[in-house]
Amino acid sequence: MELIRIVDVQKTYKNGVVALYDFNLSIKKGEFVFVIGASGSGKSSLIKMLYREEKPDKGEIIIGGINVAKLKNRKVYILRRKLGVVFQDFKLLPKLTVYENVAFALEVFACDKKEIYHRVMQVLELVGLKNKVRQYPNQLSGGEQQRVVIARAIVNKPKLLICDEPTGNLDPDTSMEIMQVLEQINNMGTTIIMATHDRDIVNRMKKRVIVINEGKLVKDYEKGQYVNERY
Amino acid sequence: MRGIRTIRRYFRDAAKSLVRNFSLSLASISCITITLIVVALSIVISYNIEQIASKIKQDVTMVIFIDNDATSEEVENIGNQIKIIDNVEEVTFKSKEESANELAESDSTFNTVTQEWTDDTNPLLDSYMIKVKDIEKIHDTANEIKKIDKINTVNYGEDMINQILPVFEVIDKVCIGAVIALIIVTAFLIANTIKLAIFARRTEIEIMRLVGASNISIKVPFIIEGLFLGGIGAIIPIIVTIYGYTALYDYFGGTLFSSNLAQIITPVPFVYIISVILLIIGMLVGMFGSYRAVKKYLKI
Repeated sequence: MELIRIVDVQKTYKNGVVALYDFNLSIKKGEFVFVIGASGSGKSSLIKMLYREEKPDKGEIIIGGINVAKLKNRKVYILRRKLGVVFQDFKLLPKLTVYENVAFALEVFACDKKEIYHRVMQVLELVGLKNKVRQYPNQLSGGEQQRVVIARAIVNKPKLLICDEPTGNLDPDTSMEIMQVLEQINNMGTTIIMATHDRDIVNRMKKRVIVINEGKLVKDYEKGQYVNERY
Repeated sequence: MRGIRTIRRYFRDAAKSLVRNFSLSLASISCITITLIVVALSIVISYNIEQIASKIKQDVTMVIFIDNDATSEEVENIGNQIKIIDNVEEVTFKSKEESANELAESDSTFNTVTQEWTDDTNPLLDSYMIKVKDIEKIHDTANEIKKIDKINTVNYGEDMINQILPVFEVIDKVCIGAVIALIIVTAFLIANTIKLAIFARRTEIEIMRLVGASNISIKVPFIIEGLFLGGIGAIIPIIVTIYGYTALYDYFGGTLFSSNLAQIITPVPFVYIISVILLIIGMLVGMFGSYRAVKKYLKI
């Protein structure tokens, strides 16, 4: 079943830079897709459009039945509740504990307190941080912080997890640990789309890989086909 | 049930973030406190100036003297004619005997002199003291009165009034202008402080949006927080106004320069009215400032 469909998307920034051009892509439910490309290739723009941080100028982006391109600003939350986002720079709230940071994502739904507790503890166990619930982000290592972000992103059981260079700030070993967590989440049925620079990770994971260059999709490797290629 | 829970959560969140962002809250509250004290001060001063000015205006009395040959009927008639003039507020009759008695009481020399006077030799004239409703129209009123038969002189300190009226007009305008300008400046100052406080929390807003908080559920707690900030910021100005003004009033004994004309406004209900105004300004500006600032970060 198709979860993401991108048709003829075009995006030009106000300064005239063309970010994406004639872009078409289809991603099925449960897939794990890497998006790779040089800096400025347009992969970040693509990722941002998926969670409607940016809007395409032309074309359609349909995620789980929602036309993201036509989504009004005040309706964006409907989309965001269906997906989780993981960033390179974590974006955790420094004044909240690990538990509160994760619970934050559920509180916006006005969930029941017990329900929140149950669910938060569940995801923190999944990412291996059950014993750090009372700590603050600055007391954690980079890898641990990223796990908190992942926990926050999946706590409301999204169908899609969008990761924008989640290992960008982490050392190789920690990066692999994060990838294992992501794979585990993917195995549970969540579709994952991840932008990365880290060829090593892409090589090891053997997933579907799409390559973007100068705003165009230039290669689409099926699962396991990608072998360390220069881009 | 869900609705009530949501509203409760809004209030809880607002209170929580007020405490959590203590230093920012404190900065906003202090700014609100200081500016509201200045506003309170300006209201107190300008209203008192206005009060004194209007008291002086009210005190302006026109005196008319009636010809000596007028009969008592004619005198009464003149009084009635004056009373029906639009701008006339109050008319008091003072007979020449009363004037003579007043004179006698004021000085012992006059006392001897006036005792010599009989009804016929009393050189003083019967008079009417007139208070007008609108001092600006006093010239017209005087002219109208002059037309009445058997009136000897109309006296109302024309020159003094000509000088004083424009001054009062300026005072009026300056006072109102100052209060309005101060309230506007306060609004901007408070709104700006809150804007800065919220700027420091834009990541929080961004994350709220990312995890699927609807715009309204982001805005409302911030607006409530602004209301709290404004309300708390108004507490000290209100206390200062109520106790400070009452103390000042007592200290001066209700009048400035021990002059009857310079009576200051009695504290009750004046201070309570100011308190309500301060609270409303604080809360409204707090809410509006928060709303404007958050809205900025809710685009895209």
